[in-house]
Amino acid sequence: MVAAGSIVGAHKCEPPRRWPGDANAALVNDPVFLLLHRCADRRGFVLHCRQASAGLIVAEIQIKNLHKRFTDFTAVQNSSLVLEDGKFIVLLGPSGCGKTTTLRMIAGLEYPTSGQILLDGEDVTYKRPRERDIAMVFQLFALYPHMGVRANLEFPLRNEGLTRKEIDRRVSEVAGTLRIEHLLDQRVGGLAGGDRQRVALGRAIVREPKAFLMDEPLGTLDAEFREVMCVELRKLHDRLATTTVFVTHDQNEAMALADYIIVMNKGEILQADDPEGIYNFPSCMFVASFIGRPAMNLLPVASGVAVGDTSLRFGSATVAIPAMRAAAEHAVLGVRPEHIDLLPAGQGVQARVNYCEYFGSHWVVDLESPLGTLKAVAPKDLIPVQGEAVGLRLHTERLVLFDSKSELLLASDSTVQHRSGMRNG
Amino acid sequence: MASVSINSVTKNFDAIKAVDRMALDIADGEFFVMLGPSGAGKTTTLRLIAGLEQPDDGAVLLDGEDVTTVPAAHRDCAFVFQQYSLYPHLTVYDNIAFPLRSPLRRHTPADIDARVQEVAKLLHIQSKLHRKATALSGGEMQRVAIGRALVRRPKVFLMDEPLSSLDAKLREELRVELRRIQKSTGSTVLYVTHDQVEATTMADRIAILEDGRIRQVGKPEEIYRDPSCLAVALRLGAPAINVLPAEWFEGVVPARARHVAIRPEDVEVTADTGDGTFAVVECSLVKHLIVAERNDVDVRARFVADQPIPTGSRVTLKFPPSRCLFFDEAGNRIRTA
Repeated sequence: MVAAGSIVGAHKCEPPRRWPGDANAALVNDPVFLLLHRCADRRGFVLHCRQASAGLIVAEIQIKNLHKRFTDFTAVQNSSLVLEDGKFIVLLGPSGCGKTTTLRMIAGLEYPTSGQILLDGEDVTYKRPRERDIAMVFQLFALYPHMGVRANLEFPLRNEGLTRKEIDRRVSEVAGTLRIEHLLDQRVGGLAGGDRQRVALGRAIVREPKAFLMDEPLGTLDAEFREVMCVELRKLHDRLATTTVFVTHDQNEAMALADYIIVMNKGEILQADDPEGIYNFPSCMFVASFIGRPAMNLLPVASGVAVGDTSLRFGSATVAIPAMRAAAEHAVLGVRPEHIDLLPAGQGVQARVNYCEYFGSHWVVDLESPLGTLKAVAPKDLIPVQGEAVGLRLHTERLVLFDSKSELLLASDSTVQHRSGMRNG
Repeated sequence: MASVSINSVTKNFDAIKAVDRMALDIADGEFFVMLGPSGAGKTTTLRLIAGLEQPDDGAVLLDGEDVTTVPAAHRDCAFVFQQYSLYPHLTVYDNIAFPLRSPLRRHTPADIDARVQEVAKLLHIQSKLHRKATALSGGEMQRVAIGRALVRRPKVFLMDEPLSSLDAKLREELRVELRRIQKSTGSTVLYVTHDQVEATTMADRIAILEDGRIRQVGKPEEIYRDPSCLAVALRLGAPAINVLPAEWFEGVVPARARHVAIRPEDVEVTADTGDGTFAVVECSLVKHLIVAERNDVDVRARFVADQPIPTGSRVTLKFPPSRCLFFDEAGNRIRTA
């Protein structure tokens, strides 16, 4: 047995093919590890991912060069990750990106085509699911329709040799957490969709398993309850310190729950970072447009950018940018809609309103400008009018640039500042 | 296209009142959204209009005509479900053409082709017409399902969470697209959702449902700005409106007021004082949200900033009285002059 926090094994892996296009080469070429280890009180595993150069690697679960092919379709390629230390990890990506396949391989429900999964330093790649100490929570929970809510919740505990008192305590605790006390004596058949999901989630957490691998457990809940469940799941995680690898395509869930987010697409890991890093400094154009709603505006720059550039020209308009640390022949400017201010016509960059959508707290305005067609967020009191002329001001320090050929982030003063901040933190 | 009315409709499932004396008038060409939590009776209302359920009491009118006892097939409503139910062995073309080939309708092949092409163009799926339905992405499949409804040119579209199984990006695209199609065809749409974003961005009018009853009907801006009760105020807006104890507002609140509600974007955050009365619980640049706490009461404020405020630090929050809404013990709105 190895004490938590000590190094039990480190594995260098091939770097994923596309890792942040940072000029800081040492970080760019670092392998990323996804690492699972037991927490101090030995009640569960905790997960963490980090780059090798960022510090220690404590390996309880490692995924090495994982590859999975389904006949002619590659679901996961060259995934290498290490998870570690008290974190809630979210695998985020569009459908078909390989996140569920990765999770199923960790659980042992799929066997990889090549590569290794190590648990406690031991190769479990081809071990059966029940020989691994991990519990999986599925996307679609099945409930026993002929049983009541209480019986459904008790079911997983029946074979665990618990006392009646203990079973009752756990069931009422879970029912309290999920606010389903009033449903305990109802039949499952008559429940509304959201209530059924609550019961199903309750049945998963009532077991108090050592680790959760969750595959879109909130996917079918209504918006309001999804938000409540996000907070509940997060609190549950903080309280039980139960390892959680959570798969979702919903960025709001990811942003609300995760300590670290791993963004995947087409079987590859594109970025592993904390939510702020992923939001402010997306490693590539895919991550940039996948994270944030409405999506980041990606505006092609007519000329390239050179090292030291502090502004861009779009026809008659000039836009100030953070000083560039990298150059590209063809570049794309990334600007989030919330980092564009609407001004009266005549000030800033001239633009015209195409159409607008009402969100209650704010408007999303679609605009035609010298920079191209873009979206901006406007406060609720400002009522934009279709066809109206307005001015735009872009928040300079929040602008990012991408190389349009490789689609990777170009280094600038602000990205370098962020990376050094990450290493110190 | 047609108007839809339901007059005091009630529907019980055993002891559960799914729809309770509901009355609604939806104008011809209106995009009407029913918003509510699960179990509020939204889907049941839709099924009552389609004729898939029979009301226990009350009447359903299409274009002023009582259709309460008319079978579903003769009501000329097109239903779009959350789960696109396409025929997997047929091409996109045949899936869309399917409703027109019904012997009930007697369309000529040329007419069918013209209609399918027109719908495909509207939905931007012309290039996919000869693919198998199963070879499409989720968003494309849902578009085909909408196309299959559109091609019939029904009196009314009934849509039951048609976008909720799609990912965020597709939802956003199809939101704009559905609205565009609805406007360009002048269709009457009854749209059921639990997603308030879909409601505020697409609806001409919204009905807020709870426990089988309508709590408020109105334009999105009206309901958001001027909710009739606390339940409605909480239903619209994300993050939800703050509900604060009236004791915090001594001197400002009307006598009977128990709750003071204020929208997160109306709360003013002052970060630099250092000795504020609220402690930061969460500050997210990504969600543009700061959650701060005093006496175990969480307050959410919309906060678009460059730097996060560290958890645990102190801030001052201000609640401009002109932006506050007052509610009594039962959650009814107290209006001030």
